[in-house]
Amino acid sequence: MIALIDVESGNLRSVANALAAAGASDLIVTADPDVVRGADRIVLPGVGAFGAVAANLRKVAGLEDALGEAVMQRARPFLGICVGMQLMAEIGEEMGEHRGLGWIEGRVARLPAATGIKVPHMGWNDVHPVATHPLLVPGEAYFLHSYAFTGADVLATTEHGGAVTAAIGRDNMVGVQFHPEKSQRYGLALLERFLSWMP
Amino acid sequence: MTVRARVIPCLDVADGRVVKGVNFVDLIDAGDPVEQARAYDAAGADELCFLDITASHQDRGTILDVVARTAAVCFMPLTVGGGVRTADDARALLLAGADKVAVNSAAVARPEVVADIASRFGSQCCVASIDARRTPQGWEVFTHGGRRATGIDAVTHALRLAELGAGELLVTSMDRDGTRSGYDLELIRTIADRTDVPVVASGGVGGLGDLVAGIVEGHASAVLAASIFHFGEASVADAHAALAKAGVAVRSHS
Repeated sequence: MIALIDVESGNLRSVANALAAAGASDLIVTADPDVVRGADRIVLPGVGAFGAVAANLRKVAGLEDALGEAVMQRARPFLGICVGMQLMAEIGEEMGEHRGLGWIEGRVARLPAATGIKVPHMGWNDVHPVATHPLLVPGEAYFLHSYAFTGADVLATTEHGGAVTAAIGRDNMVGVQFHPEKSQRYGLALLERFLSWMP
Repeated sequence: MTVRARVIPCLDVADGRVVKGVNFVDLIDAGDPVEQARAYDAAGADELCFLDITASHQDRGTILDVVARTAAVCFMPLTVGGGVRTADDARALLLAGADKVAVNSAAVARPEVVADIASRFGSQCCVASIDARRTPQGWEVFTHGGRRATGIDAVTHALRLAELGAGELLVTSMDRDGTRSGYDLELIRTIADRTDVPVVASGGVGGLGDLVAGIVEGHASAVLAASIFHFGEASVADAHAALAKAGVAVRSHS
C-alpha cells in the first residue's frame, strides 16, 4: 500500500493522478498515523509555504512520529516532492524559521536575487544528477519554487543563477524539488521507478 | 542551460466548452476542453491555461468539473482563471486539480485578494492577470473582459500585485487581443523589466515571429497564444523550434 500524505497541499489530486498513471493501484490518501506506519511506500507532496506545510503535518497528532518510524526505522521507500522534499531538511527559512523533519542535514533558504533571474524559479529546467541514483536520470522537469535546499546528500542540481538543488536523498529516501506529477513523460517515468524501487 | 521559455496554449471556456474555434484533427469532440488538453499534453506544451469566460458563480460547478477531468489526463501545469474572487474560490480550483489560479477583476477591486491567496497557498500558484489598453500616458487597466475602464495605471497595478505576492503576471494587451498583429511589446517589456517575477505575454499573436518577439524583445518568461495553435497553423513543436532558432532556451522534444 502506498500512502500519499495529506497535508492539505493544494495539488494532492495531481500527485494522485500521476501516481495512478504511473501504475500505483493501491494508493491511499491519508494523514492517519496508523496507516502511514503500515505503508509500503510513502509520498509526501507539498505546495505552499514551508512553515504552513510543517504546521499542517504537526497538526495531526502522531503523524510526524509515524513518518519517522516508517522511513527511518522500517526503511520504507520515501519520496518528497517540492515542499515535501524541503521538509526533509532541518530548517526552513520561508516566512520565519521553521523546523523540518531533520532527516537530512541542511537548510531551505530563499533563492538569491540576481540580475535577470526571475523568482519564483518557474518552468522547465535541467535535472543534472551529481551522484548515481536509480531514480534520477538526466532530463527536463518542471520547477516551481522560490526557496531552495543547501546541505548534505544532494543527488541532482539544476541551474538558475547558479547551481540549485534539484534532488536530495540517502538510503531509502529521496526528495525532488521539481514536480514529477507535472513533468509529463520524464516525471511519470520517475514515479514508475519509485514504485518499483527496492532500496 | 537555464530555465526554459514557456509556450502556453490558452483555451477560452464558456459553460464548460471551448468557445474559440478549433480544428485540431483526431479529436473526438473539438469543443471539449479535456480533449484539447490531452492533445496539447501529447504535443509537449509547457503549460496550459484555461480562462473561464462565462465566470459567473452559477457556473462554478461546471468549471470545477472541467478542471478535475482535465487534471486527470494532463501532466503539465494547468492555470485556471475567470471569476476568482476570494481565496476560497482559489482553493476550490486547486483542489479540483489546477496548479495555478489567475485572478483579474477581483484584484482590481481588492488587490489584497492576491496576498490572501499567496499567503494561504504560496506565491507560486497565484497568477495576477492584467488586461491593459494604451492611453496617451501609458496603459490603463480594464476589467470584465476589457469592457470596463478603471482609470488605474496598468504598470503600477502589475508591480503592486507582484509586491503583494503574485508569483507570476499574465499581461494581456486588449488593443492587440484578437488582432493577430503581435504582442504590445512595449507594455510587456515595461513590466517585465521592473519586476523579479515571471511575466507571461498575451494578446495579439498572429504567427511564430510574435512568440519570439515576446521573449526576445518583450523580455517575457512565457508566451501565451490561442488561435495559432487551435487552428493548427502552428504546433507547439514549431513554436519551440522558432524560439530555439532565435537563441532562446526551450524544452527539447526528444
